[in-house]
Amino acid sequence: MQQSISTPPAISLSQRIIRSRVIGRALLIAIALLAGLRLVQGLSESPILFMQQIVNGIQLGFVYALIALGYTMVYGIVRLINFAHGDVFMVGSFVSYFAVSRYRLHLWLANLLPDLSPDLALLVGSVTVILLSMAVCALLAVTIERIAYKPLRNAPRISALITAIGVSFFLEYFGALPFVFTPNFITNERPFPIVTWYINNGLHQLEPGQTVPPGSVTFSNILVIILLASLLLLVLLQFIVRRTKIGKAMRAVAYDKSTARLMGINVDGIISITFAIGAALAGAAGVLYAIAFSQVFFAMGILPGLKAFVAAVLGGIGSIPGALLGALIMGQAEVLSAGYISTPMRDAIAFTILILVLLVRPTGIFGEPEREKA
Amino acid sequence: MKLRMHRSTLGFLAGAVLVYAFVQILISTGALNDFWNTIIRLGGALAIVSLGLNLIYGFNGQFSLGQWGFYAIGAYAAADVTYRWQQLHSASGLVVLLMVVLLVGASFAAINRALSRIRGIDTLSAFALYLVGTVAAGFVAVAIGQVLIEPVTSILSALPPDLALQIVFVIAILLAGAIAAEVSYLFGLPVLALGSDYFGIATLGFTIIVKVLLDNSDTLLGFVEMKGARGMVGIPKVTTWFWVAFFLLIAIIVTRNLLHSSQGRAIVSVREDEIAAKAMGIDVARQKTLAFVLGSLFAGVAGALYAHINGFLHPNTFNFIRSFDPMIIVVFGGLGSVTGTIFGAFAFMLVLEGILRLILPEGFETWRYVIYPLFLLVMMLLRPSGLFGTYELPFLKQILPRLRGESNTTESPAAAVAGAEAEGASR
Repeated sequence: MQQSISTPPAISLSQRIIRSRVIGRALLIAIALLAGLRLVQGLSESPILFMQQIVNGIQLGFVYALIALGYTMVYGIVRLINFAHGDVFMVGSFVSYFAVSRYRLHLWLANLLPDLSPDLALLVGSVTVILLSMAVCALLAVTIERIAYKPLRNAPRISALITAIGVSFFLEYFGALPFVFTPNFITNERPFPIVTWYINNGLHQLEPGQTVPPGSVTFSNILVIILLASLLLLVLLQFIVRRTKIGKAMRAVAYDKSTARLMGINVDGIISITFAIGAALAGAAGVLYAIAFSQVFFAMGILPGLKAFVAAVLGGIGSIPGALLGALIMGQAEVLSAGYISTPMRDAIAFTILILVLLVRPTGIFGEPEREKA
Repeated sequence: MKLRMHRSTLGFLAGAVLVYAFVQILISTGALNDFWNTIIRLGGALAIVSLGLNLIYGFNGQFSLGQWGFYAIGAYAAADVTYRWQQLHSASGLVVLLMVVLLVGASFAAINRALSRIRGIDTLSAFALYLVGTVAAGFVAVAIGQVLIEPVTSILSALPPDLALQIVFVIAILLAGAIAAEVSYLFGLPVLALGSDYFGIATLGFTIIVKVLLDNSDTLLGFVEMKGARGMVGIPKVTTWFWVAFFLLIAIIVTRNLLHSSQGRAIVSVREDEIAAKAMGIDVARQKTLAFVLGSLFAGVAGALYAHINGFLHPNTFNFIRSFDPMIIVVFGGLGSVTGTIFGAFAFMLVLEGILRLILPEGFETWRYVIYPLFLLVMMLLRPSGLFGTYELPFLKQILPRLRGESNTTESPAAAVAGAEAEGASR
């Protein structure tokens, strides 16, 4: 401080450069320009391919969004990075696999009422599978919370974190046992046939056996279903958090746990409900992911879980719109960097983006500055 | 000069020598077979990484998941040096890495000097300047290194091959630690300013970036001998129990002496309360950087030792999932307990890789990772403060600053802070 007093009032050019923070910004702008230039180049080379990448990125982004919401809600309320969340997502995928490929649950209405229109029966059946997965995941998460996290609520935060890592390992390696999920990749049957559309002078349906005409952007009913289901769940979540009493209590607990308790809120119950809602969304994401990639695997939750977590941090952890925005950015970043920069480097690029965003906004895009605890 | 030692110091050194000699005798007589020999050496390497993390997280309170990334950097850097010497009979790796370490270090020192005159530079700008300095120094270093390869190779070739290999190996270990420290300095510059959890995530990202780079080390980075995702083979297996014990002992003594100094108390004060530390005149950013760089140096050294145990490196070893291992060990042993960390690292290796492998019946090996998290869960539920809590061996304990809430009889916290401040002012 003493030095700043003794500096002469006339600020030298070098001082002015330092004060304006221009060097650091120039670095960031240079990186952004390089990436932007590559994207513009890709766009001008083939606008159709670029649009296709964007469409694929949206599909991935919405799945990430559903997982990211669970992270962000749990973090907002108990300040715990719930590393087991990605594995809850994996369990959701396996519920879908068992329900559809093993027990043909998606056909229950069609079997019960053969006269019903098959499309409607299939729709109800698929929704049943999603709901079942959501219920199983919610139950699993509440069980985990009760057994592993609740006794540690007043312990140091790191103990809960290590416990979360332990639960994550347990779910993975228990799942890898031969009589549970087996350590292999398993092909997952889709509950409904794929219908593909392409946009080329209007919207057309791709007939079976037909090849996609060049210069068209394709998308399938999987994208439509992922989009509809995610948006529906997001609106529902927003409604619960903003308009219901439970949501109000959740926000109160997130803001100040002890005061919320004084106001007569059942804090433990609200925390359990938060875990349940987050896990239910991850369960739905698991079904959608299993449908989109038609493959399930005991360790499949690790990377999507991590990326969803990164998305939550990117958007500002604790913020629901932030999680959605962050997930969409992550989806695009992954697809575009795989398409235009370097396929093997796409995970590294996603994390580089995260670090760069954190450097500019240390608490994420929509994150509030950390409150000082008195 | 008269050497004076406290009784506990003598006791500790004698104990360390005894433990070393005991294990060495067991190995020499063949009482420990190769399997257990390897596991003990792996445990030693793990203990050094965990000690580094204990410094960063246990004593300085920075939640770092990047330790495994620095471990990977150390392992691959050292492996490249010895591989080139052993398999290609060229000191190119040694010379170039040495030059890079020296020149990048020099450029850091120069930039640090220049920036210390300018007040109020933001971290990002400082980072940009350091980055430019690093790249420039790197290019110059490679150019100088190319010239020096021939003479150094011929000098080393004149020595007996075993001796030359040992010399290359030891220098490689030191260089691995240095390069990890330099990378951590550069990376820590902007990232250490983030809040605790955000710092953890950024460092986790670092680990993942390092792993992805190693996966593509033969194509993107241009190190053909690292063979990318296929795994690097042909590294000389020269890490003996002696080297592991030697570097572990040094790491312990460095940690202990650092924490004993006023510098160490400044580091701990940042963990206890950053704002209060700042108010007491402690340069918080400096203490964070110091702990982070030193911890990463340990990780680099440990990585170098690890690389030469099996003679084989694969990027999957440095997967981010494994980056939780040192964190688990530090918490398991007792956060902020050096004794606990060392015990935890050896116990982790011996139980998980050794005993469980042996006692589980055929076909049940995969149950290891089912039992281990369950054990971890029970452990955390029953003893959240870790196995040793804050217990320390007398040699370490006499000295180490206590955790908050415990009475500190030897020295009042105010005196500790005043000491740190005085030291800071004298610079």
